[in-house]
Amino acid sequence: MVLKATNIIKYFHEPEDFQVLKGLNFTVDKGTFLSIVGKSGCGKSTLLYILSSMDTDYEGQLEINGQLLTGKSQNELARFRNQNLGFVFQFHYLLPEFSALKNVMLPAMKLGRFSKEEIENTAMEKLRLVGMEDYALKMSSKLSGGQQQRVAIARALVNNPAIIMADEPTGNLDKANSIKVFDIFMELTSKGQTIIAVTHDNEFAEKSHRIIEMSDGKIVRS
Amino acid sequence: MTLKLSLDIAITHLLARKKQSIVAMLGVTFGISMFLVMISFMTGVNKFLNDLALDNSPHIRIYNPIKTDRLTILDEMAATKAPNQKGMNVVYHQRPKNELPNIDKGMKLVRIIEKMPEVLGVSPQVGTQVFYNNGPIQVSGTISGTDIVKENALYNLKSKMEDGNIEGLLFNPEGIIIGSGLAKKINAKTGDRISITTPYGNTLLLKVVGIFSFGIATVDDTKSYASIATVQKILQKDPSYITDIHIKLKDYQKSKVMAAELNRMFGFKTEDWETANAAFFAGDQIRYVMTAVVSITLLVVAGFGIYNIMNMHILNKIKDIAILKAMGFEGKDIIATFLMQSVIIGILGGLLGISIGYFFSYLISQTPFPEAGFLKITTFPVNFDPRFYVAGVFFGFVTTLFAGYFPALKASKIDPVAIIRG
Repeated sequence: MVLKATNIIKYFHEPEDFQVLKGLNFTVDKGTFLSIVGKSGCGKSTLLYILSSMDTDYEGQLEINGQLLTGKSQNELARFRNQNLGFVFQFHYLLPEFSALKNVMLPAMKLGRFSKEEIENTAMEKLRLVGMEDYALKMSSKLSGGQQQRVAIARALVNNPAIIMADEPTGNLDKANSIKVFDIFMELTSKGQTIIAVTHDNEFAEKSHRIIEMSDGKIVRS
Repeated sequence: MTLKLSLDIAITHLLARKKQSIVAMLGVTFGISMFLVMISFMTGVNKFLNDLALDNSPHIRIYNPIKTDRLTILDEMAATKAPNQKGMNVVYHQRPKNELPNIDKGMKLVRIIEKMPEVLGVSPQVGTQVFYNNGPIQVSGTISGTDIVKENALYNLKSKMEDGNIEGLLFNPEGIIIGSGLAKKINAKTGDRISITTPYGNTLLLKVVGIFSFGIATVDDTKSYASIATVQKILQKDPSYITDIHIKLKDYQKSKVMAAELNRMFGFKTEDWETANAAFFAGDQIRYVMTAVVSITLLVVAGFGIYNIMNMHILNKIKDIAILKAMGFEGKDIIATFLMQSVIIGILGGLLGISIGYFFSYLISQTPFPEAGFLKITTFPVNFDPRFYVAGVFFGFVTTLFAGYFPALKASKIDPVAIIRG
């Protein structure tokens, strides 16, 4: 078990008080490819950002890798994310001034556990994993959307995180690229990587290991 | 390690938008170079004027002023009477007494003061108003009877001689050294004889042995030097008659304190350099304040430029900041990244600023002074004090640090969820 969420409750206060998440309980096992689905506004993205430790304004308890995250300071959480979580977003979010390789290296350099050469080797290895090794030295702003998304996955992997959190990872991609990204995720899970993805894409969700369907802030299928 | 990474990102950001970085840098460069030119030139002028005034006036002057505020004879009488007999006494238009403005036992005083450790030199003087006669017209002025060797030690007269030499006064009991302006007015050259008349009507024929120029019109147009004995003679006074004692100190800053001390010791009126040149001092202060205000304004304007550019930059980079935070960068990493950018701008701009500032200061210092010949100056005075250059870089650094800190702080507080979710 790599993630345990206990009675997660979340309110929005703007524009008026509104309960988004109404007491969610679930666990995620290691090596699972989990899809969270549901209609717009059901709270699935909100849940993902709570699980990713970036949103701390919630009630309930969150445990990842045996560590209780609830109540930790922002800086502790930042260090935790750096080491244990990888992110893939809908709009890729690579740093445009840096090469693809440098983008992948950044989280590892922040972690500061290995020498620059080691980090570079690891980063190249991750790029190879997503089939982007030929573009390593290209400026990330010069890459296509699908290529950027694959580099973003390599970046999420570079510190060998416990979980990869993906928010609509294929939402902005065409069919061919979506399939490519999905295949990469599948391959990663086969090596024991845990992935939690929020998605609108039912085809994508159906192929994953497990689906949590949400509606009105509650889990309706798990 | 983290700082190195922040620096790496900072430099990448700066290089990615070269134009903006250079504009921001030039803002600092302009501010600091103008600051340097202003302050070097202003303090150069101040120092020049200071030297000019300080060179030609004593640090302390001891004299015996004419008193008019003495008690009337009726008041003196009333003081001896019992209180109930006192009435009100009125004496209109009281005149000063015919007192001699001399310093009693002046020569003895000179010898005592000369031995004081703070004193650099002492020059006793006999001064009086005179008329210099040139045919039918008279030019009014003053004559100082001095020990010319001691006077030279105080004011470096030798360097101010335009013609003749000061030793002429030692050998010629009827010698006189006159100011250059005065020489022009009465059309006298070295070797000529001129006649002077004292306020008491005595006339004396003297021989011009030299012409000096201080570069100050009020002095050069009116003043002349003769030996003490000569002036005593025209005033028909005895050889102990001294009216002024001029003192130079080793440290002129102490003049105020020493003046008070001498006044307490001997009871004569003492006037220090600062009091005598109060107007000049006020001008000095005003120029300093002006320099400071203009310089600080320039730096603040440069600072606002950087603040604006950094703010805009952070708005542009808001998504990058969110992603860095998601990847595990802490608030302090974000602050370091953006603060470094503005500090790099500040330091590079500052270094360029001091080079340009030095260049322009040098140009000014080489510019010929238009009125050369009147004042003893050929080019504009510039003060190349290295402390200004250190201050320039320091101010550039501090300004950009502040200008960068607030936008950086704002960046560090960006909530990544709000940005990433859109």
